[in-house]
Amino acid sequence: MNAASDVGYHAQRQARWHYGEIAFWLIVLACGFAFPTRYLIMTDILRLALFTMSLDLILGYAGIVSLGHAAFFGVGAYAAGLLALHGIINEPVLALIVAGLAAMVLGFATSFLVIRGVDLTRLMVTLGIALLLEALAERFSNITGGTDGLQGIEMQPIFGQIPFDMFGKAGFFYSLAVLFLLFLFARRVVHSPFGLSLRAIKNNPLRAAAIGIPVNRRLIAIYTLAAFYAGVAGALFTQTTAIASLDVFAFERSADLMLVLVIGGTGYLYGGLIGAVVFRMLQELFSTITPQYWQFWIGLVLVVIVLVGRQRLHRWVLYVPNLIIKQVAGRKAVVAVPESEA
Amino acid sequence: MITKVHPLPMTSILTNLFDGVAYGMLLFVLACGLAVTLGLMNFVNLAHGAFAMAGGYVCMVLVNRMGWPFFAALPLAFVSSAAIGIALERTLYRHLYTRSHLDQVLFTIGLTFMSVAAVDYIQGSSRVFINLPAALQGQFDLFGVGIGRYRLMIIVICGLLTIALQMVLAKTRFGSRLRAAVDDPRAASGLGINVPQVFAFTFAFGCGLAGLGGALSAEILGLDPYFPLKFMIYFLIVVTVGGSSSITGPFLASLLLGIGDVAGKYYVPKMGPFVIYTMMIVILIWRPNGLFGRTAAR
Repeated sequence: MNAASDVGYHAQRQARWHYGEIAFWLIVLACGFAFPTRYLIMTDILRLALFTMSLDLILGYAGIVSLGHAAFFGVGAYAAGLLALHGIINEPVLALIVAGLAAMVLGFATSFLVIRGVDLTRLMVTLGIALLLEALAERFSNITGGTDGLQGIEMQPIFGQIPFDMFGKAGFFYSLAVLFLLFLFARRVVHSPFGLSLRAIKNNPLRAAAIGIPVNRRLIAIYTLAAFYAGVAGALFTQTTAIASLDVFAFERSADLMLVLVIGGTGYLYGGLIGAVVFRMLQELFSTITPQYWQFWIGLVLVVIVLVGRQRLHRWVLYVPNLIIKQVAGRKAVVAVPESEA
Repeated sequence: MITKVHPLPMTSILTNLFDGVAYGMLLFVLACGLAVTLGLMNFVNLAHGAFAMAGGYVCMVLVNRMGWPFFAALPLAFVSSAAIGIALERTLYRHLYTRSHLDQVLFTIGLTFMSVAAVDYIQGSSRVFINLPAALQGQFDLFGVGIGRYRLMIIVICGLLTIALQMVLAKTRFGSRLRAAVDDPRAASGLGINVPQVFAFTFAFGCGLAGLGGALSAEILGLDPYFPLKFMIYFLIVVTVGGSSSITGPFLASLLLGIGDVAGKYYVPKMGPFVIYTMMIVILIWRPNGLFGRTAAR
């Protein structure tokens, strides 16, 4: 077996669906039926999961550190809100795609700024773009509604058939469907040769360029795709909550997003989903302890995660599941530590 | 921020220029500690504003609650921020110098969130003011140009500090050690320079300066628990635009930012902070290593 086919064999093996993954999605679906009173918070988690998956695509796979990912979320949210408010596109699914495309255009345009320079410049530029958009949204308050946000958004039924109900049931399953479809696509992308080349770029851009990978073009492509995902997450936010306000662009949103991804782990797509669940639970917990100051505890979690070390933390978390798998299945652990951290 | 209306355009331009210079100098004192940690030691410290806020609040408590004179409280703001800085550097920061930028970003964002919530808890979320002595209030006319006393004091203090910093860096033994440690840490430690100690001292000094800046800025920038988040971008702009090769770069960048921001808010108030963000992005695209940068960030 030569090297190329060897790599191909391992890549294909990795790309295959595991039982664990199928079980994971079945559990998510089951949650929808098991907790009918909790649709709103569960929808919130799904949205956050999609948004985090978007960051995972650029941070976990391509190694681009972004402090302003909320920019795309915000554009998606406002695009969806404006489309619905002015009745330009009434059909939610179509509006969702259009809002995602709007964010995608912005992502494509700004990707040229982001691929220039080192980590630090990237941090600054992404942060600057998000702040710029926030300032713009505030400036053009006649369009965006300023600090009050867009109000009076009425969502039409999905495909003209399923109306959004007040318990959020339709919203939940709608979000779940969108998340699952986009997850399938992302999964396909990261296991494709394209995705493998991204990992090569992340590990060593210079070496990747030397073996003939067009580094800049790949980075632009993944950044644009991630912007689309974030835009869709933003649009889902507007569609399921019927509001869009300036805080969609806030720095805290981008910062929280990083925390979510770091909790879940980068570079294996499920990090966003798991992180979103854990993050929301932590947030609920902290809000019940100290309603006003939950941010302190979030900060503490971040500090502790970094000091303990993300890889070590994931090893600890996976210790018990791996032990069980070893006992039950009698073979080597299948739940592996997520790939090398960013 | 600027509400004064002047009849003559020329003097109003000069007054704006004066305010801008004061603002810029203040930004320099606030951010020059970051220029060292971020520019020279290559550590992304987004929590820098928290040290400034600490100094500001210490000064506020001393002056307003304990009745200290303003000028006696300023050195203490410096000392307390420096003390917090050295304590954190020795216990937490030094473990992170060799870690990835992502880790550093996460860690310092966490610290910022903690400081914001802690100050909110202790002092409340509203903006606080420091009682100024009467000598610093109001303004006087110099050839028809309105000069704020407080801003004049800021220019004097910050100007002296800048000169002193430059002298320390260029002329003293410590300055040459620091430059050596930054240029090549390995070679420097091979020559017997205690590099971690030099860095720790510099870090603490930078935090102290930020604390002093925080105390001075309560009147101009406003001091509330969200200070570290609100002005984070300004500090980062100063450092990234100014580059890291000397302190002249950040100094010029601060002046540019200060004058640009004041003028922008005065002449095109509708554009708001739009002007400086655009300026920053354009400069970073044009010269990724900063306007006055010499080498790539390491």
